[in-house]
Amino acid sequence: MISEESRARFEQEVAKYPADQRQSAVMACLAIAQQEHGYVSAESERDIAEFLGMAPMAVHEVTTFYNMYNQQPVGKYKLNVCTNLPCQLRDGGKALHHLEKKLGIAMGEATPDGLFTLQQCECLGACADSPVLLVNDRTMCSFMSNEKLDQLVDGLRAAEGKV
Amino acid sequence: MNPQQVLAQFQATGVETCFHDRHLNPQILSGIDGRNWRLKDYEARGGYQALRKILGVDGGEGMTPDQVIATVKESALRGRGGAGFPTGLKWSFMPRQFPGQKYLVCNSDEGEPGTCKDRDILQFNPHIVIEGMIIAAYAMGITAGYNYIHGEIFQTYERFEEALREARAAGLLGDRILGSALNFQLHAAHGFGAYICGEETALLESLEGKKGQPRFKPPFPASFGLYGKPTTVNNTETFAAVPWIIRNGAQAYLQCGKPNNGGTKIYSVSGDVERPGNYEIPMGTPFSVLLDLAGGVRIGRKLKAVIPGGSSAPVLPASIMMDCTMDYDSIAKAGSMLGSGAVIVMDDSRCMVKSLQRLSYFYMHESCGQCTPCREGTGWLSRVVDRIENGQGRQSDMDLLDNVAENIQGRTICALGDAAAMPVRAMIKHFRPEFEYHVAHKTCMVPAYV
Repeated sequence: MISEESRARFEQEVAKYPADQRQSAVMACLAIAQQEHGYVSAESERDIAEFLGMAPMAVHEVTTFYNMYNQQPVGKYKLNVCTNLPCQLRDGGKALHHLEKKLGIAMGEATPDGLFTLQQCECLGACADSPVLLVNDRTMCSFMSNEKLDQLVDGLRAAEGKV
Repeated sequence: MNPQQVLAQFQATGVETCFHDRHLNPQILSGIDGRNWRLKDYEARGGYQALRKILGVDGGEGMTPDQVIATVKESALRGRGGAGFPTGLKWSFMPRQFPGQKYLVCNSDEGEPGTCKDRDILQFNPHIVIEGMIIAAYAMGITAGYNYIHGEIFQTYERFEEALREARAAGLLGDRILGSALNFQLHAAHGFGAYICGEETALLESLEGKKGQPRFKPPFPASFGLYGKPTTVNNTETFAAVPWIIRNGAQAYLQCGKPNNGGTKIYSVSGDVERPGNYEIPMGTPFSVLLDLAGGVRIGRKLKAVIPGGSSAPVLPASIMMDCTMDYDSIAKAGSMLGSGAVIVMDDSRCMVKSLQRLSYFYMHESCGQCTPCREGTGWLSRVVDRIENGQGRQSDMDLLDNVAENIQGRTICALGDAAAMPVRAMIKHFRPEFEYHVAHKTCMVPAYV
């Protein structure tokens, strides 16, 4: 089921394209579904396929091609740390390791309380801000020293009442 | 604090990377401070005057589309996305009398490692891109356009959407722009994590709602682009350069740079410098000047190597780089590419094997899988560099890497294969003893990779 709010946002995206090119909105619709549910389920793909007049497999092809779509449920906060070369030169890798220690998990894993998923990622396009990480696909955090990483994790834990 | 407030503490303000006094004669990043991105601020800086000039809406003569294209040609503006193709020439390839819809696309899918200039332009000066696109649309007779923005900079995508709303409300986009006969609809679209979509035909596929696999060229987008219609794709910074050219004239732009390399360019300097960030300087400025602007090499270290144009560009040793000027021709002559203008600086604590290991992993990860030489070859490159780094290399591996790279280069539909191959070949060409040492001693020649 597509929620009413999501449907309204889908309509805004579809309106950007020619009437016979509704499929162009698939990237945006999948991102909206992910924002609402935390990941892209097979059900979301089917709903979006129906809404846009696409084959469900054509939607699935998009989900699986682009790195940022979560094909499985993830922690409430997905932390993507860039470790590409420009970031590696400026402590991107160290930031990732610091978070592994802080959260007690390895990259690619989620914390047992379901609060955090930690991932290594490719270039975020913020190379001069390194160490840099992206939270839940939408919020970029820059110049993340170990101290700031601790503040981030502790702050989010406190905000969620999980200290 | 709620979660949004927690996250808000860590957002970049642009102060470090963009709002500083270390640009030289800036045109695009001139006069911006992070707060003055709105339409009224842009207009106060002279924004949308170029559009008014070509449309003749303030009582002037106006300019014909041919005059606009001739001006851009004369300015020697070259594509800022990486290829450096002359912009005016590209615009002249669009069929003028095509009966159906034509499209204009801005490539803001900025994912070339090292590059973060388009983000700052779109975040802090979005209207300069909108104005550049309207002028381009006028010049080529295009009535619809899209700006495809890197999915990872989602906040910048939202900022651009807001700027579009302002422009529409002010009659700068839509039908009968500023009361003239010009119609142009412009929308923003976002990617969602695929380096390959920075390749223009992959981007078009993505805009059509498909996986981003590049198309075979020819046909080029000018004849078969978005939805199969004639399409021009330019980089964000290219569009951002256009209003200044129209306002100040082609000769002024050309004189600001050097022959065949007009204007200013924004360089994203990352890696081992004291002040990483974006620096807008005239084309042809010596590399040593740019390095000084970025605060020089990290204190206590010496320059070892520079990747001058994003991770796909061949690395150059310090001795060659220090003799270069920052423009397409000088960097090409030195055996590399200016590319997107992403300058990745490496000091003498850096191991080239480890650096290449990370880059090779990236290209393997981002190969779209369409062409066998790239799909299989990038995996080979990554695995062989990996084993050298991990002390399991063989003395024959350097030739093997070169051979695999040679068999990728020029044998794929798009340039990602070349982009994966070139760094490998350049690293081995310039730093072969380091690779040999790794194999022989099962450890690094530069042990302190700090």
